[in-house]
Amino acid sequence: MKYKFLNIARQIGLMLLVIWTVVSLVTLLIEIVPGDPATTILGETATQEQIDGFRQKHGLDRPPFFFSYGDQGLKWNGMDNRYADYWSGLLVGDLGISMRTDRPVLGMILERYPSTIKLAIASMLVAIGIALPLGVLAGSRKNSLVDNFASVFALLGISLPTFVIGPFLVYVFAVKLGWFSTTGSQYPEDIVLPAVTLGAALSAILTRMIRSSVIEELGEDYVRTARAKGLSERVVLYKHVLKNGLIPVVTILGLQLGVLLAGAIITERIFNWQGLGLLLLEDGIGKRDYRLVQGCVLVISVTFIIANSLTDFVYRKLDPRIRLG
Amino acid sequence: MNRLGYIGLGIAALFIIAAIFAPFIATHDVGVQNLAARYAGPSAEHWFGTDGLGRDVFSRVIFGARISLQVGISVVVISGIVGVIIGAIAGFYGGFVDKFLSGYVFNVFLAFPGLLLAIALVAFLGAGQGKLIVALCIIGWVGYARVMRGQVLKVREYDYVAAARALGASNMRILFTHILPNAIQPLIVQASLGMAGAVLSEASLSFLGLGIPPPAPSWGTMVEEARQFFSSSPHVLLFPGLAIALTVLAFNFIGDGLREYLDPKQRAR
Repeated sequence: MKYKFLNIARQIGLMLLVIWTVVSLVTLLIEIVPGDPATTILGETATQEQIDGFRQKHGLDRPPFFFSYGDQGLKWNGMDNRYADYWSGLLVGDLGISMRTDRPVLGMILERYPSTIKLAIASMLVAIGIALPLGVLAGSRKNSLVDNFASVFALLGISLPTFVIGPFLVYVFAVKLGWFSTTGSQYPEDIVLPAVTLGAALSAILTRMIRSSVIEELGEDYVRTARAKGLSERVVLYKHVLKNGLIPVVTILGLQLGVLLAGAIITERIFNWQGLGLLLLEDGIGKRDYRLVQGCVLVISVTFIIANSLTDFVYRKLDPRIRLG
Repeated sequence: MNRLGYIGLGIAALFIIAAIFAPFIATHDVGVQNLAARYAGPSAEHWFGTDGLGRDVFSRVIFGARISLQVGISVVVISGIVGVIIGAIAGFYGGFVDKFLSGYVFNVFLAFPGLLLAIALVAFLGAGQGKLIVALCIIGWVGYARVMRGQVLKVREYDYVAAARALGASNMRILFTHILPNAIQPLIVQASLGMAGAVLSEASLSFLGLGIPPPAPSWGTMVEEARQFFSSSPHVLLFPGLAIALTVLAFNFIGDGLREYLDPKQRAR
């Protein structure tokens, strides 16, 4: 019990440490911008007054960190620095103000966050919906026609980039068949094409995993016992094999959430899906709104870290062998 | 290596030849525009047709192989060297150094979704081939470091390493002549998969307008430029898209094939 508690505490400690580092890196990213962000955003024609005002408003006139290194060697800047500012804001849920729109970054992100999560979950469902039956069929009938089809499908899904699959799906299902609109997120069914596009790679990975997992489990002793008891192949497969075989799949699903969130950036661009990725690309990077970029990167990364930690937790729960590992 | 591995090797060889001999293979100048022949379909004159500015798609795909492979190889070599050194340090010295590196630093780099970190870096650094390579190396080195660390941990307990140490071999000598040769096989697998990842990341970033700026014929940029007119002239997107898919597939095949070959447990399956 004590050991278990310590283990969880260690996990949480590591997670917090990683989040702290991610926040620090994101905060200090603005230091690598070539030139002065103020002139980059306000343009060449801005007056010195405007530039000073902008720098003051966004804290660019303050030192970036607790200490700085310059001609006079190491200089202590005290608590009055941008890094401390960002943290003190963050602790009360403030990600700063947008350098373009003067709106709070958190508000801008929260507007878009749900549609990205919706897209990620939908694509995960698509992936599971394709991979589970296909993987089980392929694994239980090794080297059959279904198995070969599954292999080809998996290879295509893994190697075709989303930005090739996306336009292709739009061409077939939106332009030729007219089932969906080409872009946008107005109607409920508009999520289908982006979700399939984003989920394609994951479904391919999952199919391969479930297949090899089923093959491996089918060779175990307990399967022979179950068969010897006279259980039907169906019960053996779905009740025994799948239950054990799905453990590694859960891990992959959790770890892939981050890949989906990052992949959503590309998918959202293709379908003009108004999510976090598009916010990052168009309003953040496109308009050089560095504060917004920081916020988006931070929110996506923290979502990813939390999802990974939860996965780890579920994984331990599912498999007693690794619970104390 | 399995059959798919050899197929991958063949495809990769074709692209490498295309990249090296691009000026001899390309039928047209990649930059020459011909607005009278925009979006022309494939023909004897233009094998893969022309794009929105009337440029020859075949020649651009061939020269695109250069960019993709240059970026891929640079990323694999640089991140491989950095990863091997850091992984070796972690595995060899163990103790606090290992706890700090593998328990903390590796986790931090794995905590970012790779593509997102690359996007963020390029967003702040600015676009360009050099910066793109830097960004991809920053996300790529951890894979090699983990492999190297694992191998070092395994090998350093072997008797022959103890024997070498008893004979008075220095740490450096033990690392380079005894441990590294043992770790080279899994590192090659990692490099091959890393190559596929780097090619795909370059194309993705260029597609998003954050990689190699136009008019350079990067496959990702070509796909992005062709996207708007996909329904009327699909060939402009199809050929660079296919080139990306084939290259990624080839290196994945090689990686998988090598892994299977090097791991007898998997071979039996």
